[in-house]
Amino acid sequence: MSATDEQNLIEVSGLVSHYGDRQVLNNISLDVRENEILVIMGASGSGKSTFLRHLLGLKAPSAGTVKLLGRDITTMTRRELFDLRKQIGVAFQGGALFSSLSLIENIELPLHEHTVLDKDTIQIMARMKLEMMNLLDHEHLMPSELSGGMLKRAGLARAVIMDPRLLFFDEPSSGLDPVTSAELDELIKQLRVALNMTIVIITHEMQSALNIADRVTVLHHGDQIFTGAVDELHASSDARILNMIHRRPSRHGVDSDYIDQLTR
Amino acid sequence: MTETIRSLGRMGIFLGHSVAAMLTPPWRPRSLIKQIHFIGVRSLSVIILSGLFVGMVVALLFQDTLVRFGATSMAGSAVGLSLIWELGPVLTALMVIGRAGSAICAEISIMRTEQQIDALECMAIDPIRHVIVPRFTAAMISIPLLTAIFIVIGIVGGYFISVVLFGLSEGAYFQGMSDTVLMGDLRMCLVKTLVFSLLIIWISTAKGFYLHLVTGAYGSEGVSRVTTMAVVHSSIAVLCADYLVSAIML
Repeated sequence: MSATDEQNLIEVSGLVSHYGDRQVLNNISLDVRENEILVIMGASGSGKSTFLRHLLGLKAPSAGTVKLLGRDITTMTRRELFDLRKQIGVAFQGGALFSSLSLIENIELPLHEHTVLDKDTIQIMARMKLEMMNLLDHEHLMPSELSGGMLKRAGLARAVIMDPRLLFFDEPSSGLDPVTSAELDELIKQLRVALNMTIVIITHEMQSALNIADRVTVLHHGDQIFTGAVDELHASSDARILNMIHRRPSRHGVDSDYIDQLTR
Repeated sequence: MTETIRSLGRMGIFLGHSVAAMLTPPWRPRSLIKQIHFIGVRSLSVIILSGLFVGMVVALLFQDTLVRFGATSMAGSAVGLSLIWELGPVLTALMVIGRAGSAICAEISIMRTEQQIDALECMAIDPIRHVIVPRFTAAMISIPLLTAIFIVIGIVGGYFISVVLFGLSEGAYFQGMSDTVLMGDLRMCLVKTLVFSLLIIWISTAKGFYLHLVTGAYGSEGVSRVTTMAVVHSSIAVLCADYLVSAIML
């Protein structure tokens, strides 16, 4: 393994993805360095979520490779992929907590599955993570009793319970009020420092992205139109990126003929 | 056509994976007990009520027929054989499909839409072992027991009609039954109920698990579609298997 490889915890090369005959990702290539926060941005339908599924090994690409922690996950067996995933944490958009388990049982689940620690130790570890997420007072609540922001933080607590090297977070800000969203952004930055993690975030929230990212990748209709530092993003002259930064509607965003028909 | 073959292959792999995981440790006794409670205990009232009325109606219909041939003493045999051969296993299976199979399919498909199954995969936890196997094992234990309860309650219902209402002697009712019901009949009943249990739980869980691969199935509409498919397909599968097992074992 070369020195460069060692610094890159994620390497994606020439990734192409299809749903049936429809191509949703076109030749995506990027690297994520150790201890970096990379934000993957794009409008709805740009292919962000599909890209995340490829990074997690939940979907096989039509072409290209995805390397996590130096290993190509596209050629791995299911067992090898499971072993690798023990070093990865994923926080899903809605938390993806199990409705039949209480908050603390959800957080404890990976430890029960993958360690031989006794019940008390597991509980202490889960409580530490809940405290970090400011959820300790709610440990016995069921997921149905938690607010949207609490669900996201709970999902994050479960994602980091195994102290993973790599953390993926899908849409941390969506559906949250600006204050809660800003709190979550701060929490993510603290996690990077406290747990020395490399973090990949999928979002369409520009403010949140600019606040936490070291580097940004922008997807547009399945094409990778930008990858670089936040300063470079601001300096970009690409109209699609400027529209996104300044929240300008796309020229083709609204079908004026259709609106005419509706109002006629 | 290609999609049908692919879907059948997927179902076959799903069954193989589930059965293999069911037979190998680690087992999850807590989840298993919870599922036995859901599939078995919570179906009891439906099974007792329907078993009672089915036994009563069978005795009533046979009473009317046997009177014409002067063979009312055969009522016990007729009720026993009807319930053991056919009505017990088939009606229990159809009741369980309606009460538990549909709910299991809906629950698993919602887990799929809410990314809970993806979350398990990402936590390196096998979703088949964690979600499907407790339901498989619970169904294989609960449905045969529910069938046995259905048959016993049906016999009680038949007793009420034949003995209490039409005055057949208690001895004739039970003697006729014990003379005609053979070990082979019970064996066929057991085979049928085991086959039905497997078909119900296989189809109900797989339909929910593969919701994301059904073309056009999305969100609540998708859950509704796969749940309907699970009920229809498992009912048809039970009726087809009923004929096949009867034809082979009779």
